[in-house]
Amino acid sequence: MTWVNDHWGDIFTLARSHVWLAGLPLVLGLLIALPLGWLARRWSRLYPVLISASGLLYTIPSLAMFVLMPLVLGTKVLSPWNVVVAMTIYTIALLVRTVADGLGSVPEATLQAARAMGYKGFRRFFGVELPLAVPVIAAGLRVAAVSNVSIVSVASLIGVAQLGNLLTDGYDRYIPEEIVAGIIACVVLALVFDGIILGVQRLLTPWVRAQGARS
Amino acid sequence: MIASIIDWLTSSATWSGEGGLGARIVEHLWYSVLAVAVAAMIAVPLGLWVGHTGRAKWLVSVANSLRAVPTLGLLFAVALWLGPKIQGDLAFLIPSIVVLVILVIPPILSGVYAGVEAVDPAARDAARGMGMTGGEVVRQVEIPNALPLMLSGLRSAFLQVIATATVAAYVGLGGLGRYLIDGIKTGDYVSTAGGAIVVSVLALVVDGVLALVQRAVVSPGLTGRATRRRRAEGDRAVDGPGTNSRNPDARSVATGMSAPADEVAPSADQTRSSTSTRQ
Amino acid sequence: MKRMTSVLALSTAAMLGLTACGGGGSDPLSSDSPSGGSSAGSGGSGGAVVVGSADFPESELLAEIYAGALKAKGINASTKPRIGSREIYLKALEDGSIQAIPEYTGALGFFYDKNFKETDPDKVYTAVEGLLPDGFQMLEKSAAEDNDSIVVTKETADSQSLKTIADLKGKAGSMTLGAPPEFQKRPQGIPGLTATYGVTFKSFRPLTGQALVQALKNGQVDAANIFTTDPSIAENGFVSLEDTEKLFGSQNIVPLVAKDRAEELAPALDPVSKALTTEKVAELLKQTVVDKKDAADVAQTFLKENNLG
Repeated sequence: MTWVNDHWGDIFTLARSHVWLAGLPLVLGLLIALPLGWLARRWSRLYPVLISASGLLYTIPSLAMFVLMPLVLGTKVLSPWNVVVAMTIYTIALLVRTVADGLGSVPEATLQAARAMGYKGFRRFFGVELPLAVPVIAAGLRVAAVSNVSIVSVASLIGVAQLGNLLTDGYDRYIPEEIVAGIIACVVLALVFDGIILGVQRLLTPWVRAQGARS
Repeated sequence: MIASIIDWLTSSATWSGEGGLGARIVEHLWYSVLAVAVAAMIAVPLGLWVGHTGRAKWLVSVANSLRAVPTLGLLFAVALWLGPKIQGDLAFLIPSIVVLVILVIPPILSGVYAGVEAVDPAARDAARGMGMTGGEVVRQVEIPNALPLMLSGLRSAFLQVIATATVAAYVGLGGLGRYLIDGIKTGDYVSTAGGAIVVSVLALVVDGVLALVQRAVVSPGLTGRATRRRRAEGDRAVDGPGTNSRNPDARSVATGMSAPADEVAPSADQTRSSTSTRQ
Repeated sequence: MKRMTSVLALSTAAMLGLTACGGGGSDPLSSDSPSGGSSAGSGGSGGAVVVGSADFPESELLAEIYAGALKAKGINASTKPRIGSREIYLKALEDGSIQAIPEYTGALGFFYDKNFKETDPDKVYTAVEGLLPDGFQMLEKSAAEDNDSIVVTKETADSQSLKTIADLKGKAGSMTLGAPPEFQKRPQGIPGLTATYGVTFKSFRPLTGQALVQALKNGQVDAANIFTTDPSIAENGFVSLEDTEKLFGSQNIVPLVAKDRAEELAPALDPVSKALTTEKVAELLKQTVVDKKDAADVAQTFLKENNLG
């Protein structure tokens, strides 16, 4: 473990960039996927269109996505925003469907009850539909989080530093320990993200626990 | 840029030769099929066993936590570790295939497991009541019933492996990743973009073919609707016409354990883009 | 047990990293704006200097040395390691993401002129000066050189009686060449080998770094394009084939900088170029690649020894 012990500072710095590069897109992606998912739910004809489009985006290899971003965005070649935007696109691709399905999972009876109680429009959406969809959306967000943490490491190949640098440097200089450290750090980060999303989900859905352990 | 990408894609020089696009597509498909085949040989029996016996469910969780491992890191580690131990060109192929196999075990395993787990207990009991042995139950009841979800897992595996096999070019492998890596290294963004487009199209074509296979092999008596509705009840009482009803069954498999355990299903489902539109 | 604690510590570190991001202030996403802004418009001194590097160890090491020397002169310098290949980092220099990068004279010549012919170090330098785009400037070149070379194992050299690249003619047809991917298309790469020496290999295996060295050692490739300063050549007893036709030209190490910062950076970097020799670079590189020392530490020691740091 000597390599790791000598490089806590580097690991720490790289991990912090990694958090930004993987985490910010999660938030941005969710914010964009919410209205899109709502639209897909509202107009059922949009559903297949949005789902196919997001599925198509997800098949674009990450490396190509990162490299082509400066050409599309007009950003500088080393700008971290290239990675953030690319990761946001992947996040949206994963979440649009989840949001749509999550909103669809709200029982019709509940919606009717809400309507009867005078919940309308935005109030019904934010007060009833969205909270009830949280478990499904959170499940999708957790998938996106784990996938983001893993994909961001590829950004080392285009000169944006994060934990992936431990992988490429370890490979080029033949330091297996550095590679293993990079892998473990990524996994730990993914678990931390996962835990945070799970925690927020529990906070947002107290009724789930109140019902006791379902199934 | 777009014009030059189209030129690149339609130029005969791009397609011909040993390192040509045609050959690269074949290589890419070969890696993908090989990886999924090996992964299926491991994950299908395992998933059937876990689903049938209900034992060792933690295996599914462990397999899913593998998703958090960065593919690039795994590739480098395996390449450095295995590469020097293998003679000849296999030294490049085997590490990459090992990594891709590890990558696609989770979607296949969770698809199989979720499929078997979702089989109506009544159907299983009826089969036993008819005097079927355990093996017969697996072959004649569980597998046919689980087929839609098993194939979903397989399709998800193919989508992942086709997009990810590109990274293997970094450790000296061929395939479509060559266009991405070499394009980046030489600043030739046209071939990078062209290669990426071919990868996407390939993924969609393979997914489309598998969708047809799925439609052909799944028992017509099993529209999936009946068993799913039962499982979906908790989540949604009324399902509007034309909406997608495939997700809840898979999702409810989620064990709610820590870690990425419960992505099993959603991701097996979500990465699979287009199915819902075609069903 | 020790491993366990390290794993635990690692996870704690990652957690801290996560919480630290909530504190704000250290947003790495904003890092590209100050450096970019300063070089684009200010056209003069002051402001941070980012020294970039290519994605191989020697370039990283040189970048650390440059940055260390700049800091010693009171210039706010930092490094941006492992950007990628020349095709990428020159774009970064152009768009102001970086202000300086270690370069090689001949490689720049080939980059800007596919038919670049000069081989004499001074003539190469002068010719490249004429080829560089407006915003770029080379500072003083070093006598230290790190050239491309075609390398084979001792066994191959003996059995095929290879001493020079020209000896490969007629034999390469049954051999596999390993090299970084960009070698396949660069004028002094495979096209150059064919044009200058009439040497054409049976196949090409794109590999980088230690993977390339391993492949040569294990016989997956029969010849490899490795830099002359690479310590693995001596370590493994590889034979570097002589470039009798000077295909690879002269590859003196030189700082390539943004023109509007050249005056400010020269006093710090010119003495570095003077202090570097081919042997010294090879020795320093051995410390990072073989002894696995950090480039920044090796750079600091070098600078101190030469009263530059």
